[in-house]
Amino acid sequence: MRITQGQFSFLPDLTDDQIRAQIEYALGNGWALSVEFTDDPHPRNTYWEMWGLPMFDLKDAGGILYEINGCRKAYPKHYIRVTAFDSTRGWETPRMSYIVNRPPEEPGFGLVRQEAEGRKIRYTVHSYATDRPVGERY
Amino acid sequence: MPDEAKQCVTGNTDKRYQAGVIEYTKMGYWEPDYQPKDTDLICLFRITPQPGVPPEEAAAAVAGESSTATWTVVWTDRLTACETYRAKAYRVDPVPNTGPGTNTEQQYFAYITYELDLFEPGSIANLTASIIGNVFGFKAVKALRLEDMRIPVAYVKTFDGPPTGIVVERERLDKFGRPLLGATTKPKLGLSGRNYGRVVYEGLKGGLDFMKDDENINSQPFMHWRDRFLYCMEAVNRASAATGEVKGHYLNVTAATMEDIYQRAEFAKELGSVVVMIDLVIGYTAIQSMSKWARRNDVILHLHRAGHGTYTRHKNHGVSFRVISKWMRLAGVDHIHAGTIVGKLEGDPNTVQGIYNVLREPKNEVDLQRGIFFEQDWASLRKVMPVASGGIHAGQMHQLIHYLGEDVVLQFGGGTIGHPAGIQAGATANRVALEAMIQARNEGVDLWNEGPAVLEKAAKWCEPLRQALKLWKDITFNYESTDTPDFVPTETASA
Repeated sequence: MRITQGQFSFLPDLTDDQIRAQIEYALGNGWALSVEFTDDPHPRNTYWEMWGLPMFDLKDAGGILYEINGCRKAYPKHYIRVTAFDSTRGWETPRMSYIVNRPPEEPGFGLVRQEAEGRKIRYTVHSYATDRPVGERY
Repeated sequence: MPDEAKQCVTGNTDKRYQAGVIEYTKMGYWEPDYQPKDTDLICLFRITPQPGVPPEEAAAAVAGESSTATWTVVWTDRLTACETYRAKAYRVDPVPNTGPGTNTEQQYFAYITYELDLFEPGSIANLTASIIGNVFGFKAVKALRLEDMRIPVAYVKTFDGPPTGIVVERERLDKFGRPLLGATTKPKLGLSGRNYGRVVYEGLKGGLDFMKDDENINSQPFMHWRDRFLYCMEAVNRASAATGEVKGHYLNVTAATMEDIYQRAEFAKELGSVVVMIDLVIGYTAIQSMSKWARRNDVILHLHRAGHGTYTRHKNHGVSFRVISKWMRLAGVDHIHAGTIVGKLEGDPNTVQGIYNVLREPKNEVDLQRGIFFEQDWASLRKVMPVASGGIHAGQMHQLIHYLGEDVVLQFGGGTIGHPAGIQAGATANRVALEAMIQARNEGVDLWNEGPAVLEKAAKWCEPLRQALKLWKDITFNYESTDTPDFVPTETASA
């Protein structure tokens, strides 16, 4: 399976040049870029690990791409995403988010159903990757 | 201003309160020198007076009938601070391109102000009972339309507004930087719960963020509401597990009574739905009740504008949809159907953009070309996500993004379910077209001119998109709009 979170997961994986173009768009809007990685891409796992702080003062797309590649080198089989933060009043939230690295095999998720009263079912989306301990997942 | 009228507002009360019938202008409802206060609510009406009725009298009559007046003088006015409570017409302008030499009767824009204390805090029902309560059937005007409304910040702040809003909705769904994608389950009537959920699953797994009940799917002999909710949530959760994304289905909780609506909404919440849906026809009070419910329960509230075309479509009479949009932002909905421009339903580009701006901007500036007559400060009220739905397909993606921007839900019903290779393929075609277009836009591509080439390029590697473009490439709905702006930009000399 292929996890389709983020803005561009239905497209072929972005090349470095394409990633750079998106970084430039974010910088042009005055947004701060951040690199995050995880070994548990559950749809409600909000807080991926931060590859350093958001790069508020780095306005150079090449420098940001360098950080992305540093993260890829350290975590070649993790999910890595780039997020652009907008601090403008009324937004103060991410304005972009896209995946730039993913494991070669994506185990995906199972759906656990707990039958409850009145035909209700309580659903749990289970991340297969988390069946193994941290550090041994991919 | 006629001298007699001036006398009455300046305090010559002897004549003003003699029993009998006098003109509204002479009763204090016409005050051309009035300077609106920051706390006044201001309405702009389009008035077509009856033959022989001067525009000032027609405007004063509208002011009177939408505030304190009745048809005859009453002495009991004198027990109140009546000059405060009277709405005041203070300006009348002829509407461009109406009157002699045109195909339209002479119309006027009348500006009328209302004192803040005329309205109950936080009540759309009370606001509208005044402003559109009686006056639209009033004989002295042949036709009447409420075009725009300036809501003072002091009144805005008495409303909670959208329970979720664009920013929090995106955070909750973990979806940023692109329009959201949806589709309405079709056929809208007749599917059993089991078959209905199949359509939902296929659409979501194929790449849509939301599926949607239609406005008239409630609880009918072919499908009980509980069945629909249970099967839809199975579909939503299966699709979420299959894609790793948060997915949703707008479960329509519209019902005959408020008790039924609450019961259905509670069930949707218990099943873990991120969103519920209501129809505009349930009424303003029910909408506000559901807004408060959604706020209490962290559920996104989707509003389908069922019925609005009966009073918003034609320019000479009714209420413009931009005013309905303002009321719904106050009342507090998170999604509202607001036009597509390019689809099958009514929608002039400028008028629709004006409506989107009302829903999404923190503050609206005067923008006559888009039908915005007043500056409107929304005072940090959350933003409503507009929904573009009705007769749109993947081949129009560049036009949709060009006109509507990225904070919008694009709903492709037929354009997903009618795909020749199936619903998943239809959904994938739309999602690929969307992502390719956003990528291109961010790279600086001129979407208006280069959009079709972007789609063709993506279609080279994406077969579902290729099929969609081939099937629908020539489908457009080029009919003339009826609700169009009255002002066009004029060339200004730049010396």
